[in-house]
Amino acid sequence: MKIVALNGLLGYGYDRSALYKAFEEKVDYLGVDAGSVDPGPYYLGSGNSFTERGAVKRDLEDALLLAIKNKTPFIIGTAGGSGSMVHVNWLRDIVKEVAAEKGLKFKLGLIYTDVDKGYIIKKIKTNKVIPLGKQLKLDENQVQKSVRLVSQIGVAPFIEMLKAGVDVIIAGRACDTAIYAAPCILNGFDSGLAFHMAKIMECGALCADPAAASDVMQGYIRDTYFELRPPNPLRRCTTERVAAHTMYEQSNPYYIYEPDGVVDLRKSIYEQVDERTVRIKNSKFKESEKKTLKIEGVRSAGFRTICIGEIKDPYTILRIDELFRLALVFVHENIGGGISKEDFSVRLRKYGDTTSGTGIGIIIDVVGKTQQIADTVCTLVRSKLLHSDYGANEITPRRKSTAGNIAFPFSPSDIHMGEVFEFNVYHLVEVEDLSETAETVVEDII
Amino acid sequence: MKRLIDCAEILRSKNAGPMHMTFDIVFSEKSIMEQIEKSGVLNKRKIAEVYDVYETDVEIIYYETVNAIKITIPRKDVSGSIYDSDIYGCQQHLPLANIEVPL
Repeated sequence: MKIVALNGLLGYGYDRSALYKAFEEKVDYLGVDAGSVDPGPYYLGSGNSFTERGAVKRDLEDALLLAIKNKTPFIIGTAGGSGSMVHVNWLRDIVKEVAAEKGLKFKLGLIYTDVDKGYIIKKIKTNKVIPLGKQLKLDENQVQKSVRLVSQIGVAPFIEMLKAGVDVIIAGRACDTAIYAAPCILNGFDSGLAFHMAKIMECGALCADPAAASDVMQGYIRDTYFELRPPNPLRRCTTERVAAHTMYEQSNPYYIYEPDGVVDLRKSIYEQVDERTVRIKNSKFKESEKKTLKIEGVRSAGFRTICIGEIKDPYTILRIDELFRLALVFVHENIGGGISKEDFSVRLRKYGDTTSGTGIGIIIDVVGKTQQIADTVCTLVRSKLLHSDYGANEITPRRKSTAGNIAFPFSPSDIHMGEVFEFNVYHLVEVEDLSETAETVVEDII
Repeated sequence: MKRLIDCAEILRSKNAGPMHMTFDIVFSEKSIMEQIEKSGVLNKRKIAEVYDVYETDVEIIYYETVNAIKITIPRKDVSGSIYDSDIYGCQQHLPLANIEVPL
């Protein structure tokens, strides 16, 4: 069976001719990952996608056309970057737009993976929550603060959707591996091989040489092994690259953790079949007794205003820490105007080498309860930094550059970053049924 | 003595989820990795010291398939929290890169 990964992330682009070349043979399934937690909590919080609409649409055009024309089911995971309902609907509308423009008719399956606060609170009360680190403590109060909560689904809801005979699946937050492993498992292939192949393919041609997340990858799964070969003749798969890719962004290179079990790669064998093809066998799947889903949630942290500047004067750089301290003390002592110390926080970030003699970059970073508060605090800190007469009561070194301490590249100098979000839920929950958080909708696109 | 980065083909840091940071050190030859392993300088205590984390939270795995050492630590600031300065965690390798190894 042959599975094709469009690229490493929907919207990153791919080589058109490589995709057409992949379709010269029968393609049983086409997949693409459309999201990631890497760009941070903002996108889940705001409901925006970190991928750009035009780029996503362009990537979908040929892919959707080839999939529908060849009757190849097309599976998209973590829609809209973060995979909540607003993200799924955003991508659904783009898919519909492409379908209308190309005159394509198909059955579309949507998998929503949002969870409500009550679901998590019940898991807390029944001791079904497993933390993934020490940083975040999960309690009812934190859950109430979350603005959006999603569950990261594994293969189960995808398999059900494929069984229902849909042509295109747009899923919410999903394991990257589930996109490619689900069709393999549905067709009776070994889960260990399916997940291992999926883990390598989900980044597109990033496992190839030369590497690119912006190109197509082909996976061939058989009964006792799988093979990887990029369709683009300029790239090749080598055992070194493919084995090295298995450890990318993973905390342990020997295990892949899935909602329903663990893949053990300790005995995996990588073989070079020909110049451009790698064969892998002996990857073993072990089902877990406890089935788990990861929940991601974010809360608002306030509103951010920043100011970017540069300090070049050597005497000022020498006293930079004192200058920063003076500004922070000043703002805390003089804030007033109904703003209390709890309503804001300031970070004075410095970039560059203070001993280089060539200048350093600074960012005044203020997060306030409201944008107005952030603006007020940023203004105070900025003006204090600009004119502060450090070293005034000492003989040496006195400030010499008395016209101003900071070069601002822009007018206006202060920039609104808008609402800021932080992860406040990043936990596993034990589940009875691996599809319990998935809500599916099937529509006919005509 | 040499800096670790000068002995490696690849030395990188990256998020392994928003709560953890993982480092990959890949060597061109198995012998280099073995020499470093044998020297014992790259241990949990050293990593804990240069990254200011608890020794018990440091994980070090030798991935012999590709002559690599993988180290994972918890992030001090969760990715994207207001004190974070590297959302993807891909520029956090300097303290590791500068560790001196007897080669």
